[in-house]
Amino acid sequence: MTDLVTDLSAAGRAPRRSPLLRVRNLSVTFPQRSGPPVNAVRGISYDVHEGEFLGIVGESGSGKSVSSLALMGLLPSSAQISGSIDFDGHKLLDMNDRQLSGLRGRDISMIFQDPLSALTPVYTVGDQIAEALLLHDAALTKQAARSRAVELLKVVGIPAPERRAKAFPHEFSGGMRQRAMIAMSIANDPKLIVADEPTTALDVTIQAQILEVLEKAKELTGAAVVLITHDLGVVAGHADRIAVMYAGKLVENGSTADVFSEPHMPYSIGLLRSVPNMQTAGTQRLVPLEGRPPSLTALPPGCPFAARCPIAVDVCREVEPLLASHGTFVSGMTVPVAVVGEEDTTSAHLSACHRSTEIASGALTRADIFPRPEPLDVQHPARPEDRTPVLTVTNLKRHFPLTNGGLFSRRIGTVRAVDGVSFSIQPGQTLGLVGESGCGKSTTILEILEMTAPQAGQILIDGTDIARASRAERLRLRKDVQIVFQDPMAAIDPRLPIGEVIGEPLTVHGVGRADRRARVQELLDLVGLDPQMADRYPHEFSGGQRQRIGIARALATNPRLVVLDEPVSALDVSIQAGVINLLEDLKEQLGLSYLFVAHDLAIVRQIADTVAVMYLGRIVEYGPVAEVFAHPRHPYTQALISAAPIPDPEIERSRTRVLLEGDLPSPTEEITGCNFRTRCPLYRLLDPAAQSLCATIDPPLVAHDGVDAACHHVDRNQIIDSALAFTP
Amino acid sequence: MSIVEGASATLIAGPEPEPTTVVLARKPLSRGRLIWNRLAHTPRFWIGAVAMALIVIWAVFGPLLYPVDAFSRDPLNMGMGPTQLHWFGTNNIGQDIYAQTLIGLQKSLVIGLIAGPLGTLIAAVVGSVAGYVGGLVDGVLVWLINLLLVLPSFILLVILSPLFEDLSWVFLTVFLAGFSWMIMAQVVRSQTRSLRNRDFVKAARFMGVPMPTILARHIIPNVASLLIIDATLGVVAMIMAETSLSYFGFGIRAPDVSLGTLLSEGTAAAVTRPWLFVFPAGVLIATLFAVSLIGDALRDAVDPTSGVNRD
Repeated sequence: MTDLVTDLSAAGRAPRRSPLLRVRNLSVTFPQRSGPPVNAVRGISYDVHEGEFLGIVGESGSGKSVSSLALMGLLPSSAQISGSIDFDGHKLLDMNDRQLSGLRGRDISMIFQDPLSALTPVYTVGDQIAEALLLHDAALTKQAARSRAVELLKVVGIPAPERRAKAFPHEFSGGMRQRAMIAMSIANDPKLIVADEPTTALDVTIQAQILEVLEKAKELTGAAVVLITHDLGVVAGHADRIAVMYAGKLVENGSTADVFSEPHMPYSIGLLRSVPNMQTAGTQRLVPLEGRPPSLTALPPGCPFAARCPIAVDVCREVEPLLASHGTFVSGMTVPVAVVGEEDTTSAHLSACHRSTEIASGALTRADIFPRPEPLDVQHPARPEDRTPVLTVTNLKRHFPLTNGGLFSRRIGTVRAVDGVSFSIQPGQTLGLVGESGCGKSTTILEILEMTAPQAGQILIDGTDIARASRAERLRLRKDVQIVFQDPMAAIDPRLPIGEVIGEPLTVHGVGRADRRARVQELLDLVGLDPQMADRYPHEFSGGQRQRIGIARALATNPRLVVLDEPVSALDVSIQAGVINLLEDLKEQLGLSYLFVAHDLAIVRQIADTVAVMYLGRIVEYGPVAEVFAHPRHPYTQALISAAPIPDPEIERSRTRVLLEGDLPSPTEEITGCNFRTRCPLYRLLDPAAQSLCATIDPPLVAHDGVDAACHHVDRNQIIDSALAFTP
Repeated sequence: MSIVEGASATLIAGPEPEPTTVVLARKPLSRGRLIWNRLAHTPRFWIGAVAMALIVIWAVFGPLLYPVDAFSRDPLNMGMGPTQLHWFGTNNIGQDIYAQTLIGLQKSLVIGLIAGPLGTLIAAVVGSVAGYVGGLVDGVLVWLINLLLVLPSFILLVILSPLFEDLSWVFLTVFLAGFSWMIMAQVVRSQTRSLRNRDFVKAARFMGVPMPTILARHIIPNVASLLIIDATLGVVAMIMAETSLSYFGFGIRAPDVSLGTLLSEGTAAAVTRPWLFVFPAGVLIATLFAVSLIGDALRDAVDPTSGVNRD
């Protein structure tokens, strides 16, 4: 068998070495019982060479995951697949499930998005990795498999691997589970690793760790990696080549440098221009990519992107462009265009656009296609110029008792969700509250919005202490503070027409039906929706539109402060820019203040004036955005900023990362002194005397040139950078 | 490809096409109107509704249009099959089965239509309050639910049945409802507990919407499909419970008639004189079927994400 395969591939070998994975015209269709079939993937072709790192980028519903599942033979049996997938001499689509099982996990392995559901909860992590080994190697003893599993866990950077191998998946944090998944995927020394959004569910510091581990796994095994993601920043630093998918088709395929610096397809251009870049954020407005992807059941003829494309011409609506090379210039002459068929797709920069040649030649510049919108030039509304902060939080604490959950529950610990947080927001200002999940951001805003007396500390809204406010006063305060939630699907009652959803805050304050209706129309118009849509139900709207509905509802009572709880993180990348721009415009027009809670630092830099970085229920750094991002004082801020991926391969590859060790400690843990020292990159570099200061005394938030930081050694944080410079 | 290039070359300076916007010239629809529109397009609803309407009209007006009294005896036609004079035949003491079936149907319908929704109403109120408020209130209500679940309602009814002789069927109705809401209340309570933490409920709370309004506006409508199924099946279950109690002689007593008492009298003769059994049983089945169809169609109309509306 092996000989035959080698012979065959040798016979068909081009002058260049043949690709490891060769996908040609792959189409996947899901028939539906009622209605037309869903064309999830519509004829895509790409190659992956040995040891290559391919990033497949696309929004949700673009077919990127379906195409990779087709590769693994993991699609439901109802799916109709056509085309061909050659992997290392095997025709994958002709193989049955049994034959594929021999290949899966051994030669091709997969890393899934949600590591919790990818691991079986009833077996230990070690046993599951050992199982992956034993399945494909009958000669291996159980003992050997187990010790190899421990070894693998060590490779992927799990501390105390012997002990951890005996742990169950629920005892692992999200990041550790993903590491275990990577350990399992490299267990059999695969030739190809397919990673489907491996870091989407993780925090930014953990994401940076996982990407490093993936890179390391690739180096160790020499495997090719196909990384599927929606995040351009993630692929920028790691991928050799990038394929952009849209509506079930590859629309651009080229080397990372080419795609990022000279994209030829308007969709890629729009996508790249819409992503906030941490380096430039805040200095310019984002470029929105309007509209939504077409439905895959009823695709219009022509280019699927034509409806959203600002440079679409008649031919775009009639003929679907093919993926072809456009841009190679030899002394001003266009090289004859080659349509991808049987040829190798590796070296070329391919794009599927009728006007790619013009874009490639520079006749159409990218800035012309998606011009940067001008900032709104509005007269600030005549708010009385009082300088009372809209919100002042002083030393807010929220501790939850941890009980052992028995019949007679006993207090066994305390969760310090919020542990002494102070900040204030001036009228018209935006405070960005940043931190990893579990740092207490959400608890903080819930404390503010619940408007009940806090356990400890003080919350002042417009100078009124909510602990002392009367019922009527509280109702009046509620008018001034509104919230926009993260998930636009969950934040709107699916059973009410959106007009009623938006008008709901007004019912509380006794606004009559007719006035309410007029206000709803006005609000819909304000957030860029058709006022005629007031009677539609939420499920008729896309995610971005629903978020606009949520914003309209928050604005109904003319609030002074809007709490934005991760308002764009659940949206597709191309939609985010539009919502961010809307928020910026509204702030200007209405003189709003925002409390912007987010984990995406680029977006915070884009929209916030002041930033507060939270870690384990505390604010560790607090100051003006520009200053904090340019010169982070606290090592945690440094690590956060350094972990955030930048969608620019040049910057991404040249910069050094401050990687944090391990995960966020549980807020139940009692850490003496500075609670960040268990993960602090600076702490490890300090001399014992300085370390003992960190270990014994909890650093207070102290001003350092206009920025407050809770660190004893602010003056010495450059040594992190110098230490990084020496490590290879 | 060259054609395409040529085409695009000539169109470089082409004006940007106006985006086609769909103008929605639609009259505003209220929620009730929308549900009604959906219902109107469901054939099941119409079959059920028409059948139910006919049954109700028949039960109300039928006796008035029929010359024979339900309780007078016809000594000349004892134990006769269906005839011109006695449409459904007579029993062994000469009473008219058609007239008796109609009277029985009236009673069964009234009991079912009151007790079913009443049980659901109790379940919705108790369940949502317990789930939303939590704490001590929840503890007390759950304790009550569990207590009532533990008590065997049938035996209690049997023990209390001598009381019914003095009290009217109204007591039976309330009693049936009072023992039918617990399971549904549990379901509503657990649904409410998860809905409570949904963002849209939080949003309402943060806006300052008072608790009863939140329950009525956000919690109950979101369990409405459950409640509607429960209320409709409740009608079915209550009619069944009433008939079975009456069948065993503990529910409706003579001289009152319900479908249950008729069936109980008719079973013995089901083989020899089938008209005594078949007609009341057929009416019972038709009623239950019609109610079920309505409930099913209502569920699909109220909840755009359930059943046939799911995409």
